[in-house]
Formats: sequence, C-alpha cells, structure tokens
Amino acid sequence: MSYPADLKYTKSHEWIRLEGPVVTVGVSWFAQDSMGDVVHVELPEVGDEVNAGQPACEIESVKAVSDVYSPVSGEVVEVNEALEDAPEEVNGAPYQGGWLFKVKIGPTLALDDMLSAEEYKAHCG
Amino acid sequence: MSLRRTPFFEHHRAAGGRLIDFGGWELPVQYTGIIEEHKQVRSSVGLFDVSHMGEVFLRGPGAVDAVRHLVTNNVNIPNGHAQYTAMCHPHGGIVDDLIVYRLADDEVLICVNAANREKDHAWIRDNNPDANVAVIDESDDWAQIAVQGRNAESVLNAITDVDLSLVPSFGVVRGSVAGVGGCILARTGYTGEDGFEVFLPNSGADAVWPAVMAAGAEFGIQPIGLGARDTLRLEAKLMLYGNDINDETTPLEAGLGWVTKFDKPSFIGKEALAKQKEEGLTRRLVCLVVEKRIARPHCPILADGEVVGEVTSGTKSPTVEANIALGYVPRRFARPGTRLQVDIRGRMAEAEVVKPPFYKRPY
Repeated sequence: MSYPADLKYTKSHEWIRLEGPVVTVGVSWFAQDSMGDVVHVELPEVGDEVNAGQPACEIESVKAVSDVYSPVSGEVVEVNEALEDAPEEVNGAPYQGGWLFKVKIGPTLALDDMLSAEEYKAHCG
Repeated sequence: MSLRRTPFFEHHRAAGGRLIDFGGWELPVQYTGIIEEHKQVRSSVGLFDVSHMGEVFLRGPGAVDAVRHLVTNNVNIPNGHAQYTAMCHPHGGIVDDLIVYRLADDEVLICVNAANREKDHAWIRDNNPDANVAVIDESDDWAQIAVQGRNAESVLNAITDVDLSLVPSFGVVRGSVAGVGGCILARTGYTGEDGFEVFLPNSGADAVWPAVMAAGAEFGIQPIGLGARDTLRLEAKLMLYGNDINDETTPLEAGLGWVTKFDKPSFIGKEALAKQKEEGLTRRLVCLVVEKRIARPHCPILADGEVVGEVTSGTKSPTVEANIALGYVPRRFARPGTRLQVDIRGRMAEAEVVKPPFYKRPY
C-alpha cells in the first residue's frame, strides 16, 4: 500500500495532483484494493462540468460499481482514454497510469477539506 | 450478532483471504483477485470452502419416496448418485434449489443453500409425508469443500482411499480424505467444471485443507473466494437462489423444466406447475449479453422503450470477456437474438438474448 506525499486525498478515497490550473484526479491505493479487479471505467466527457463532492465517474469491479466523487469543481479538460482498453491500470498503477480525469479549476481552490498523505493513511486505519 | 465462522476460518486468514459478511458467515470474497481465481478454476483446479451450505438428512425406509414427494425431480437414480432439483411451494414458487444425494434406500442427504437452511429444514420437516422418516439438520456437524476444475480428480485421488476415476458425474461415494474417515465425496459442483464436493466432519477440517493444497501444488491450486464462485456459476448459468429464483418464481420460468417431472404420481407444487405449463409461461429467465456496461441485479430490462423485466444477476465474464446477465422477460422476448435494452443507473445499454449457458466446458 502506498500514499505518495505529493498528493492530496479525500475521505471518500480520491486523490488529486495539482499542476498549475489543472488538477488530475484518481482513486487511492486503498480504494482500488477495496474494489478488487476493475473491469470498466465510465469516464466523464471532456467539457463536462464537475462539482466538488458530486459523482463524476463510475468504476466497475467484478463485484460492484462505485461512484468516484470529484474532489474539485471545474471543467473536465482531459480523460484517461487508455482506461477503456486497460481498466486494470486503476489497480496496477492507481497514481500513474490509472488516473481518471483532469479538471481545470477556478482561481481559488479550497484544499481545506483535503487530507495529506499522513492524514489519509490514518483515515484508512 | 457475531458472524459465524467455518472450521476453515484460520486457513482463510492465513492465506490472506479478504473476509466479508456473507449472509451472517465470515467468509473470503477473494484471496488474490476474483479474475485470477476464476481463471485458475477454468484452467486447472481451485479449492472452495462451502461449509456454510446446509446438510439435511432423511433417514428411514421411506426416505426416497419422501424426497420424491418434496422435490420436483424424480430421484430415479441408484444409490450412490445425486440429482439436482427444485423444491416448490404448492403454488409452484421455489422454496430452494438443491442437490439430493441418494446414499442408500433409507438415507438421503439434501444439500441446501446457506441462506435457506432454517427455512428448508422446517419445510422438509413440516411437509415430510412419512412419520417413520426422520428429518435431521446436521449442518452444524459437517464441513464442506469443493475441489473444482479439470484437475480436481487428480488432486483428490492422491489423498483419498477411493478411486475417484470410477465415480461418474453426479456419483457419490463414502471414503476418507487425508486420513479423515466418514467423508462423502460427490462429483458435483457449482462452477461449470468437472469437480467434487466433499462433506467431511468438522473435526477433519484442519487435516483436509492443507492436504488438498499440497496435493494440488503441482497444478497451481489456489483457494477460491465467493467472488469467483459467483462469476463461475453465472457463466455456467447455474442459479443463485435469492437472485435468479425465489419463492415467487417457478422452475418452469427459470428454465428448470428439465428437473420438473410431471410423470411422477404427485409432488408438492405439481398441480400449479402443470397448470402453468398448460396455460403457457408469461415470463422466462434468459441469458443476456450487454454492451459496454455491466448490468446488476434489479436493473430494468426494456423492449422498445417499455420496461418488460428485470436483471437478476450480472457481471463481467472473465472467460468470454463479455458483460453477461440473467433476467426475466416475457416469453415473446426470450428467443435468442432478440434485441433488448437494460437501464443501468439511468442510461440505456443495448443487450441481446443469447443461448444458454455462457460457458460450456470444452472437455
């Protein structure tokens, strides 16, 4: 299990990576491990508006479907189309090849509710 | 209420099984991953703990006839054979689907679904037509494993005192496994593969589990969790009680007409089922292949924009690499090739009725 220190996390098990005005969103090691084998990802579309705390995407494992909540509000500017052919990347590389979508955020981004790697690790117990 | 544990619990924990609450039982949903475990069973052999299943014995000279009255199938099998069947209400709905093991003229073992154990025991007891036949729920005394896959016979033959190559499909023998006497070995299963289900005394669990794992090492045997058990059975179109069949569905609707024997003098539910057969079915359980997304239980099934039925089971099939599902639809939509839609959380997915099952073993 791993929780890179350069990322921020949500209590609902998403992570974000901040690169200028664009935020990359994925799910944590804990989330993918809990879901088990991922077999399909229903991504948002480029141009969609997503809202912080609202479902933006679905991840299907063999057993169940899980909503992914967007940690931030803004416009989807890119989605990880490679997941259509290789959804298992969410399991194998949740912080790299398994990223889900990128959101262009407004000038102010509230990170108050987001957890550091240490805090998130404690949250997962 | 604390969860019940099977006699193999410590072996699951030691093997890294992910334990979940499964109808009140603490059982592994997976060890290494559902897809890997599924493929292991399809390609070679896997070991399942199915101790949560119930074992009800009928004993007495009229045991076989008593079972004939209780279930839809005819039990016209020799001693030492098993038979799949449904057990119905007078109105034709299914109390449970089960396998009956004819051990002797005066002894029949009925293996019932875990979730139905109390219901079935009470049903069998209350509807037992012969006061001289004893109905005994021995579920607490028996552990049960399933060894499933094309190499199952080789694995078990190495640790048993009976020659399993002589046991035909649905054959049943008594013997010892890993030195544990009093086991019942049956060539049955819930995966679509060849394999065995072994009933053993609880006290033998700690000897049997490691012995099977050791005997299976050369075939790469792995313990298999409930997740793969579900995907394996669904590919083979084997029913899951509570999903695909229940007290309100009949064997005829579920495609279990082949275990419903109307030439028997009588059985519980016969009149209602005969009437349904004569009048024609209003719905049938069909196999669906769904495009793009996975249909889950209770997803509505539509034809030309109108809801006509509901999905009862659905998953992504690891073997045929398609999204597969079962569901009830009116008979006019049950023909293979029929195009339907499934409402998956508010969005439509195209689906096609296909011929059952989704997977048939190639050997």
